[in-house]
Amino acid sequence: MTGLTGGSRLPEAVLTRLTGQRQTVTGRPGWRRVAAPLVVLAIFALLPFAGFAVPWVLPGPVDVVNSAGTLEVLGLGFVFASVALGFDVLFGFTGLLSFGQVLYFAAGAYVLDIALSVWHWALLPALAVTAAAGLALALVLGALCLRVRGIAFAMVTLAFAQAGYYLIEDNPHGLTGGDTGLVMAAGRLPPQLVGVASTRNLYWLALVFLVAVYAVTWLATESVTGRVWLAIRESERRAEVLGLRPFGFRLASFVFSSLLATAGGMVYLLLVGTAAPASVASTTVTISVLVMVVLGGVGTRWGAVAGAIVYVYLQQYLLKIAAEPSFGSLPAPLRVPLSQPDFLLGVIFVLFVLFVPGGIAGLAGRVRLRREGR
Amino acid sequence: MTTFVAITVSGLALGAVYFLIAAGLSLIYGLMGVLNFAHGAFLTLGGYAGWAVAQQLTAARGGAGFLLTAGAAALAGAAVAAATELLLIRPLYGRQIAQILVTIGLDLALVGLLLGAFGSNSRAIGVPAWVTGVTAIGGVRIPDGDFVAFGAGLAVLGALTWFLRRTRYGIIIRAGAENRDMVRALGVDVGRAFTLVFTVGGAAAGLAGLLNSVVFSGALVDPTQGDQLLIFAFIVVVIGGLGSIAGSALAAVVVGLVQVYVGFYAGGGAGLAQLGNVSVVLVLAVVLLVRPRGLLGGST
Repeated sequence: MTGLTGGSRLPEAVLTRLTGQRQTVTGRPGWRRVAAPLVVLAIFALLPFAGFAVPWVLPGPVDVVNSAGTLEVLGLGFVFASVALGFDVLFGFTGLLSFGQVLYFAAGAYVLDIALSVWHWALLPALAVTAAAGLALALVLGALCLRVRGIAFAMVTLAFAQAGYYLIEDNPHGLTGGDTGLVMAAGRLPPQLVGVASTRNLYWLALVFLVAVYAVTWLATESVTGRVWLAIRESERRAEVLGLRPFGFRLASFVFSSLLATAGGMVYLLLVGTAAPASVASTTVTISVLVMVVLGGVGTRWGAVAGAIVYVYLQQYLLKIAAEPSFGSLPAPLRVPLSQPDFLLGVIFVLFVLFVPGGIAGLAGRVRLRREGR
Repeated sequence: MTTFVAITVSGLALGAVYFLIAAGLSLIYGLMGVLNFAHGAFLTLGGYAGWAVAQQLTAARGGAGFLLTAGAAALAGAAVAAATELLLIRPLYGRQIAQILVTIGLDLALVGLLLGAFGSNSRAIGVPAWVTGVTAIGGVRIPDGDFVAFGAGLAVLGALTWFLRRTRYGIIIRAGAENRDMVRALGVDVGRAFTLVFTVGGAAAGLAGLLNSVVFSGALVDPTQGDQLLIFAFIVVVIGGLGSIAGSALAAVVVGLVQVYVGFYAGGGAGLAQLGNVSVVLVLAVVLLVRPRGLLGGST
């Protein structure tokens, strides 16, 4: 990815000056940096075979690890982890706070849904057209929104996402199904992705998708373009003085992040089987993704993944707890707030912003430093 | 023609509600650089406070009763806003992104709390007949609530303008918006101005939440009402120019009118009920392309 810098790779000295710091990794020896994620990945990949029961902690209604409920919650967590990674590129790595990420997520879910269910296309052309639509939307709106900065940028992106939400609610030509949403027609999907037995296949699909998104995000953020993103985050003026044109890089970050959201929307649709405005197109989705990234740790990649999985898990788990019969016997001042996942997540989020600015990734880093005796 | 007049009055009333919300947002942003997402929850809390007081007033639903209801809504908004500034914003001075994030978390938590306490069903606010009735002026039937909302908007605009121009704290707030560090260097406690701005903005938001329920939502209040309204208030603030009260007032009227005109004349026939809302977004896009700092925004 060197096109935007005029075809030549920037020398290391310039890059160091751009970002104001050397990108050196300190701490753990190399093999452990690779081994830990691989072990976690292997555990998640083998989870559908774990037919044993674990009490208390699972988010699904049945206390068996590979039950459909638990696998669905985790799959959803992987999808949102991918969207959160995209958001982290835009917000954490480039310093652009967008409140419109849900628009591209909704585009992914709805265009794919319409292509499959209204036009009855086959899966592959439907996927291709959805990706192209997401790309076009991100290019046009990105070029428009990036004319303004800071809070105004956040507001314009929010406004466009809201316009998308209203259009979907309005159900033009009966395309979107309006308020109730559009159920995906499974007729032309591959048999592995349909039916009761499909749960574990969809789980693996979401996991493979997340791994692919993580790899692409890693490559992008470690590339020369990624260094320029960091430079723009630190000081756009400085990047400009060093002879770069920031607009193209900011647009690249915007489009990259939006495309991941579109792809996430497509996998979401395959997983959940329906696109409804409240869960796919509403601004609350953008806010959730923002909360995930901040909970996990801004600008750290794996933090966004951890934050998203923890968020989705907590949301489902807290709902399950609140539905327990014994929960109803609590006194009202305890029961009312504790029955609302949004309340608890909001409080956790506020506490993190106030007291744990680095998020989960920051906490992990602090623990590691202490163990190494520094 | 009579329809046009009625719609225009309705648009002005809607603009007045937007102004009540946007004024607080704009003041807070202008002085502190904080975009307050919890403003949506302040609105809803105002609506519920009004509902709670109106419950107690069922016997005396006269003229004074509604003033009490409105006062309770403003007071609730002011109290929550002041607490927000002191407990959550103050520890994060100088970290603007963190301040925005903390208001997002607060909004999430407050709306969740309201959902837990009241459920997702609406509550009906008891209001006297002179607020819900209709007055015919020269053959045009206009809901009384429109006059109430517009009057409240004008009153707050007048009071805010007087406060900012004529009082000591108003002058500190304007100076602080201009150059915070200089005001601090001159020995003025800017922190108190921050709390004051939040309190005033919260009071206006509480009142706006109640008026929106009474005038535009059939006297019903529900937990997510404020957040839906907040997005339009954000749009108003950006169109008017961040930090400018006059800009907010102008933009509020423009947005209110555009929304009802497009919604009625273009949206009604085509079955696109949301076209009015979409048109507001387009206005925002055009304004930002032509004039990125908003209609009356300063050169920042």
